[in-house]
Amino acid sequence: MTDVAVIDSGVANLGSVLAAFARADLPVRVARVPVELEGASHVVLPGVGSARPAMARLVASGFAEVVPRLTVPVLGICLGMQLLFRSSAEDDVACLGVIDAPVERLRALPGLRIPHMGWNRLDPVADDPLLAGFPEPAYAYFVHSYAAPVGPWTIAACSHGQPFSAVVRARNFVGAQFHPERSAAVGARLLRNFVGAP
Amino acid sequence: MLTRRIIPCLDVRDGQVVKGVRFRDHVVMGAIEDLALRYRDEGADELVFYDITASPEGRSADLAWVERLGRLLDIPFCVAGGIRGVEQARRTLEAGADKISVNSPALERPDLIDALAAEFGVQCIVVGVDSEWVDGEWRVRQYTGDPNRMRDAARRTLDWLAEAERRGAGEIVLNCMGSDGVRRGYDLEQLRAARAVLRVPLIASGGAGAAEHFAAVFREADVDGALAASVFHSGAIAIPELKSYLAGEGIEVRR
Repeated sequence: MTDVAVIDSGVANLGSVLAAFARADLPVRVARVPVELEGASHVVLPGVGSARPAMARLVASGFAEVVPRLTVPVLGICLGMQLLFRSSAEDDVACLGVIDAPVERLRALPGLRIPHMGWNRLDPVADDPLLAGFPEPAYAYFVHSYAAPVGPWTIAACSHGQPFSAVVRARNFVGAQFHPERSAAVGARLLRNFVGAP
Repeated sequence: MLTRRIIPCLDVRDGQVVKGVRFRDHVVMGAIEDLALRYRDEGADELVFYDITASPEGRSADLAWVERLGRLLDIPFCVAGGIRGVEQARRTLEAGADKISVNSPALERPDLIDALAAEFGVQCIVVGVDSEWVDGEWRVRQYTGDPNRMRDAARRTLDWLAEAERRGAGEIVLNCMGSDGVRRGYDLEQLRAARAVLRVPLIASGGAGAAEHFAAVFREADVDGALAASVFHSGAIAIPELKSYLAGEGIEVRR
């Protein structure tokens, strides 16, 4: 049975993420402490803000120890996706280390806007069930100044002066740099794909 | 490639969407949720809800409609109006807004921008600027929601834009008051000057009257988004047709 638990990591967009699952007709609940992840079929790690306070909260609440060991599907959203990586150049902080690569600041090039804010096109680079049913082209809503590099973990890339990972997968861990909760039909499709809903 | 954003602005007063001409004489345009859903369905990239009575009267945005919109909308939206401090900003973001926009309170206390950016990150801090050509220069106007309180903010627009970005604005909405509500096109000269002093995204506001105005402001002022109200509310411009036209002009938009 589908039982999606969204980790309350003390960030402001928790309600938006919960609402997105509700709009997609997917049952969802909040996990405020690690023990509440028990029985969950799927786990979501949302995130906005900056890496250091977010990691500090995950460490203090105990989630930092538990999340990397989860065997059920885990979805990191925006900063939550970045926290799946080894480290972040934002505040130079160690992260959860599920994916062994660093998150870097987007390079400031002449005429390039930072933060990367708005709708940008996804470039699928792997055939992955998380991307099933996406339109071509598929646009998603991004808001960020740091990004994960493209690597074997990348299933969809995006470009803003440089290519970066837009959607990633490593074993049972997936992540979206964009905000599915604000990416209209593409975002809803990704959430439904994550839980295996038609 | 990052697409150019089309952003309907919904001026909210007493729970309804209104529109004034040159900031005065407001006319009721419809219910907030009805218009929000209509624009979402038509392909708006983002919505701005501006409580135009909030700042002059010292109120903060009523959060019940923000919460309803947060549940309803699957596109980003920004709430502006009367956010005077970190706690009001927090409540608005937690109610579901993706960004908050500050205008007059940031002019009263510029370090509010620093405090908001430190607390929530620059990506959700928008600084709105109302600007007018006065005595040979662009100048910032304050309390523009109330004709009786509106005044000169004693700042040059381009100086204030640079300061706002330096303090932590993640995006600027520049409302060019001379062109607002009169549908003769965006103020390309002022927006070009603003673009030249900013690195963060810049949203043009004031003056949209025809599809050509959108093409011109993207092409000639290199803005990231174009905001408009009355032309969308009245149906004079339909967003799907506008986006088809812009795509035909070689401007990348989400469709």
